[in-house]
Amino acid sequence: MSKKSFRQAINEALRQEMRRDPRVILMGEDVAGGRGGTSGVQDAWGGVLGVTKGLLTEFGEERVWDTPISEASYIGAAAGAAATGLRPVAELMFVDFIGSCLDQVLNQAAKFRYMFGGKARTPMVIRAMYGAGFNAAAQHSQSLYPLFTHIPGLKVVIPSSPYEAKGLLIEAIRDDDPVIFLENKVMYDDEEDVPDESYTIPFGEANLTREGEDVTIVAIGRMVGMANEAADRLEKQGITCTVIDPRTTSPFDEDTILECVEETGRLIVVDESSPRCNMACDISALVAERAFGALKAPILRVVPPHTPVPFSTPLEKLYMPSADKIEAAVKTVMKQHAREVA
Amino acid sequence: MQIARETLLQSYRAMRTIRVFEERLHVEFATGEIPGFVHLYCGEEASAVGVCAHLNDNDTIASTHRGHGHCIAKGVDVGGMMAEIYGRQTGVCRGKGGSMHIADLSKGMLGANGIVGGGPPLICGAALSHKVLKDNGVAIAFYGDGASNEGFTLESLNLASVWQLPAVFVVEDNGYGEATGASYACAGTQKDRAAGFGMPYMECDGTDFFAVHETAREAIDHARSGKGPVMLHVHLSRWYGHFEGDSMTYRKAGEVAAEKENRDCLKHFRDRVTSAGLLDASALDDIDSAVNDEIESAVIAAKAAPWPEDAALMADVYVKY
Repeated sequence: MSKKSFRQAINEALRQEMRRDPRVILMGEDVAGGRGGTSGVQDAWGGVLGVTKGLLTEFGEERVWDTPISEASYIGAAAGAAATGLRPVAELMFVDFIGSCLDQVLNQAAKFRYMFGGKARTPMVIRAMYGAGFNAAAQHSQSLYPLFTHIPGLKVVIPSSPYEAKGLLIEAIRDDDPVIFLENKVMYDDEEDVPDESYTIPFGEANLTREGEDVTIVAIGRMVGMANEAADRLEKQGITCTVIDPRTTSPFDEDTILECVEETGRLIVVDESSPRCNMACDISALVAERAFGALKAPILRVVPPHTPVPFSTPLEKLYMPSADKIEAAVKTVMKQHAREVA
Repeated sequence: MQIARETLLQSYRAMRTIRVFEERLHVEFATGEIPGFVHLYCGEEASAVGVCAHLNDNDTIASTHRGHGHCIAKGVDVGGMMAEIYGRQTGVCRGKGGSMHIADLSKGMLGANGIVGGGPPLICGAALSHKVLKDNGVAIAFYGDGASNEGFTLESLNLASVWQLPAVFVVEDNGYGEATGASYACAGTQKDRAAGFGMPYMECDGTDFFAVHETAREAIDHARSGKGPVMLHVHLSRWYGHFEGDSMTYRKAGEVAAEKENRDCLKHFRDRVTSAGLLDASALDDIDSAVNDEIESAVIAAKAAPWPEDAALMADVYVKY
């Protein structure tokens, strides 16, 4: 056990799985870097933010495949390779680039098993960065997990910390279905204790990062840290919160959310993705349908507005959910009964 | 190159099976008993069979929406295919794929594909598997002149060249992408496209089995020997509409009749092998008769087969969920 960054945790998960199983290969744009050109340093980048650094050196060119900037070809190749015996981990860099290769995920990888009557396995992982807060503007900041969660046949993983990232990525690589693994680009330097040895965290089992009596907060990915911060502040003010990290949006742990809402009677959902048809809507519908009687106040959603992600720092801050906004939402549902809020 | 008698018999049987399978679907579709829609391969049989004659179960192919011929040529069970097209539980995909998604990975058949241009990226991946696993396999993408204009396809030609994959890109050019002529929709030439990606280009008359067989042998040998990908441009004609029910008003009167008269791969094959004394007409007649029986049985069995159980709706979305 030692302190590791989110970046190191992912690198370690990839390295350990590549050592364990020779069928695991990496592909993506500049996952090594330095090929061609004027033959400078090999393994020059290790991914655009250095997450795959050193893997070419350890595993060689037959395991680490730099691709042209050509998402449709290599994401499709990952699907084809997965269906024929390899276990590719493809890096899409920014999840926004799914626009260049959605067919390969939506109509190919996600559908093989069902369309082929259960006779295919497609053990591939697509890693991609998501999220705002990096001044990366509208084409490099989206949180597109609702899009993937919507597609039957895909699994969708959104780790909330370095520990979670390592265990969930190892689970994803060993999984026999196509997995979308989304890394929040603001979190790569976050650090916490992460075991040196290999471990897995199962999909579809939510994690309670805080336990309280007054309000249930469901938060996704980077939002978990913000929810914890808000919960810690509120505790000093006499309000205790349960914070749920679902870890995966597909499969999705409905039971834990329902049980917690039965206990607290109040629900806040914190979701960084655009607000129409996002996870906050889905979770609200779930609770309205199956725990309506337990609710003491309306469900509140802490979500961004229905706009592209703005570039300028104050606008992006305004756009994003935050610990302050979560704290305010909790106070709102504590203060008022359902009818008054409505 | 001399082709073994056994290969000739097998190839003729595969081509005849495709022809009878498709012509029977043409008849059965008109009765309304076949759900969804089907795209027939009649007229193009020598392409699938001439290419697949050089492949084994370890090699991979990806097909198109017009995929029945490729499936049969790659050895997918004909009865299971027919049942699949009828949506029955006994289909090769248990009735959950239908005509456009017939696949059998145990035969190296990575699927027909409902998305135009869906196959070439997948074939880059299958070829990568063959290369990394060092199993001496090759991967073949069949795609049409229409799919040759998809960005996916062009990206795949580039990737296959960059990675020097054991892949063959077979452009089945039947002159039409749906109802629009390739002469309108394909800028430049396929040859120049191959050259643009540094890839060897070969072409042949797809109605001449012997031409396809010989050219495909060169292309597949090249890819299998580790020299990188090849484009094989096969000139074809389709005899039925884009889909069944397409009255083909976009083709001039007599065009298809002339193709059937002058460019029928089965007629060509029969004339060639009998005049050269390679096979007796009676051996071919026996195959015709056996194939007719096989397709008749397949249709009867498919119509009598059970529909999928309700539980199949929820099954096989995931390996585990």
